[in-house]
Amino acid sequence: MAVETQVSSSEENGRPALDWQAIGRELFFTALVAFGLTFVLVGMQTADRGGELIIIPRFTDVVYAIVMLTLGRFGYIMLRYRRASFVLIASLAAFGLSFVLPFPSLFLETMCMVGGLLIALMAVVTLIRHRPGIDMRERDRAMDRAAARFQELSRFIGPILVVFAIILPFLPFMDRQYIDIATLLLMYIMLGWGLNIIVGLAGLLDLGYVAFYAIGAYSYALLAVSFDLSFWVCLPLAGVLAALGGYLLGFPVLRLRGDYFAIVTLGFGEIVRIILLNWYQFTGGPDGIGGIPRPSFFGIAEFLPASRDGITFAELFGIDFDPMHRLIFLYFLILALALLVNMVSLRLRKLPLGRAWEALREDDIASQSLGINRTNIKLAAFTISAAFGGFAGSFFATRQGFISPESFTFLESAIILAIVVLGGMGSQLGVVIATILLIGLPEVFRELEQYRMLAFGAGMVLIMLWRPRGLLAHRDPSILLHGRKGPGADRIEAEQKAAEATR
Amino acid sequence: MEYFVQQLINGLTLGSIYGLIAIGYTMVYGIIGMINFAHGDIYMIGAFVGIIGFIVMAILGITWIPLALLLVLVMAIVFTSVYGWTVERIAYRPLRGSQRLAPLISALGMSIFLQNYVQLLQGARVKPMQPMISGGLQLMDGGVGGFTVGMSYMQIIIILLTVVLMAAFTLLITKTALGRMQRACEQDKLMAALVGVNVDRTISLAFVMGAALAAVAGVMVTLYYGVIDFYIGFLAGLKAFTAAVLGGIGSIAGAMLGGLAIGLIEALWSAYFSVEYKDVAAFSILILVLIFRPSGFLGKPEIEKV
Repeated sequence: MAVETQVSSSEENGRPALDWQAIGRELFFTALVAFGLTFVLVGMQTADRGGELIIIPRFTDVVYAIVMLTLGRFGYIMLRYRRASFVLIASLAAFGLSFVLPFPSLFLETMCMVGGLLIALMAVVTLIRHRPGIDMRERDRAMDRAAARFQELSRFIGPILVVFAIILPFLPFMDRQYIDIATLLLMYIMLGWGLNIIVGLAGLLDLGYVAFYAIGAYSYALLAVSFDLSFWVCLPLAGVLAALGGYLLGFPVLRLRGDYFAIVTLGFGEIVRIILLNWYQFTGGPDGIGGIPRPSFFGIAEFLPASRDGITFAELFGIDFDPMHRLIFLYFLILALALLVNMVSLRLRKLPLGRAWEALREDDIASQSLGINRTNIKLAAFTISAAFGGFAGSFFATRQGFISPESFTFLESAIILAIVVLGGMGSQLGVVIATILLIGLPEVFRELEQYRMLAFGAGMVLIMLWRPRGLLAHRDPSILLHGRKGPGADRIEAEQKAAEATR
Repeated sequence: MEYFVQQLINGLTLGSIYGLIAIGYTMVYGIIGMINFAHGDIYMIGAFVGIIGFIVMAILGITWIPLALLLVLVMAIVFTSVYGWTVERIAYRPLRGSQRLAPLISALGMSIFLQNYVQLLQGARVKPMQPMISGGLQLMDGGVGGFTVGMSYMQIIIILLTVVLMAAFTLLITKTALGRMQRACEQDKLMAALVGVNVDRTISLAFVMGAALAAVAGVMVTLYYGVIDFYIGFLAGLKAFTAAVLGGIGSIAGAMLGGLAIGLIEALWSAYFSVEYKDVAAFSILILVLIFRPSGFLGKPEIEKV
């Protein structure tokens, strides 16, 4: 239904004349689609009454939805005809009406509000720029410039963020809930950085990263519960086991390329989850593993009010016991682990290994003909990334104290991958920003439990539509032959300026 | 022997359903080279429209089963197709021509959105349905203490309907102008556009056709198992995609063949080994096939060009 902007020959003060027939057709079509989308699923709610399904009609909702969608489309069409001031007033009126009208559901009311505001915003943009909207390429270029500036700043932003993260738990407003959220964010940041090695650097699409996360978590839980090993012994072991998993999987499948590789990793993730779910004797099946020991203060002291054998953290430092101590310790633990992952991947990028990854990502065949052993190099990326996933997993297990296969579903893989792609593949800072957007925002709106995942899915789509290459997609080359201002840099710059001027 | 035949029948039924869903994956992959992760959820929506349709038929007093079934199928196809079309229009079309991962993430987001959308609107609990079509044929009598092989009418309907749809669909793709456009876009979108094919519309139609077949699969599953919930799309979609890859992605006959293979593997594995690990079996075979024959049963081997 691509309706091109029809520039009619008869224009009134620079604006195209309204072609009511075309508008009517388009509106009718919109209404029809809206009807198709809402009539059954919205209009008829099924409910279970004594084992038999009945239908509860909700046709007012359908009518509201159709009218709202059609009006929204009408506003959009009017913007195309550059009737911006009219649309602005109408959409603000719709926004105002959304508070007054008796909407049958909160959802529709919110949609009316948000929709009204969005169209109003588009109208304002049209008013300022004298043409509807911003096209994709323009937006992309603007975002690229912003991303490039951000990238330049990142050498300052990075350390500032680290310092901020270190003093964060000691800020006065930090309570238990905020520390928990911060820890959760750091966990996803760490997973994102770990996956970034496979996806961002080596350019392999891994849809089963959660498998390594699960292997790490279960390794830690089983080792700690069955053999009574401490966290500090189990952490490296869990990493090693996860890396082994990555190696074993990577060995046969790394010959595959692109989507085939993606689907095999997806299958592997599901296989791991199903085994965890069904191997009852070993993993506890759906009941999971409980009573996973909490980490001690580097094996020296326990985070307990009183300890039977050994001393407590409070005694060690001669302070009063506070349950927050452990939470803050966990926070620092994950911060340290995440920073470790970040540092390792930043350093690896500068090694021949990292350069080989990026070369393979850019051109598989060219790199092979230059003598890069494709399978081994990719296997290294896969194994290292898996090990980091394993670390994150064991941290997860010790933080929760209880794990079950439910925590390791495909959705989790999808979320981690979304973080990496939304952030802009290969960008470390992008991962942080995407995590705050995808994990932080929904945490803040926890009260809207029902709508959280709905908004999460919609958000993923919208960010991709808005910025297909990821938020911080712009990245300078890792290595330049003649430094940042090599020979010919001035000439290139001048050419770019000239090109910009003529555009 | 009797037991084996029975499992074969069960596997064929299951495989027909996977095959119908797999066609949607394979068509979309063939034309625009993306994995449409939301397709499983389109199938789920088909199942929901189906179950609502059956209740509506009961309210309207249409009790003659063939008519009710036909009407519900039409209803499911129409309403589910609208979803297929809208998903493509909103989430995929703007991303055409951008980097490979963008539509994939968008599709994942769409899948999460659709699941929660249906959960919000229809509730999270499983929806039970009274069996409409019961009874069946007795094919082999095992005698006293033996195993009796039966084929329920429902199984017959599923397999017959799949065969009819497949035949119709193959005709559509090979003989009609629409099918020619589909194949042209599959081979070269730019060239197709140059000779006057409306590429956008053709791609939209691929989504609509895929959604329609998925809707039929959804209605069949509702009737066959009698319970659905908002989460059924994920696993079914995953297996159907596995089927599409197994058969050779991009090939429509391959999708059907892959679907049957996955269905048979699952049924036989559940019968002779363990029910719990039937999904592991399906995925393991996928991994093995991809390692040794990455282009699947009927796919053309990819030729690398530098």
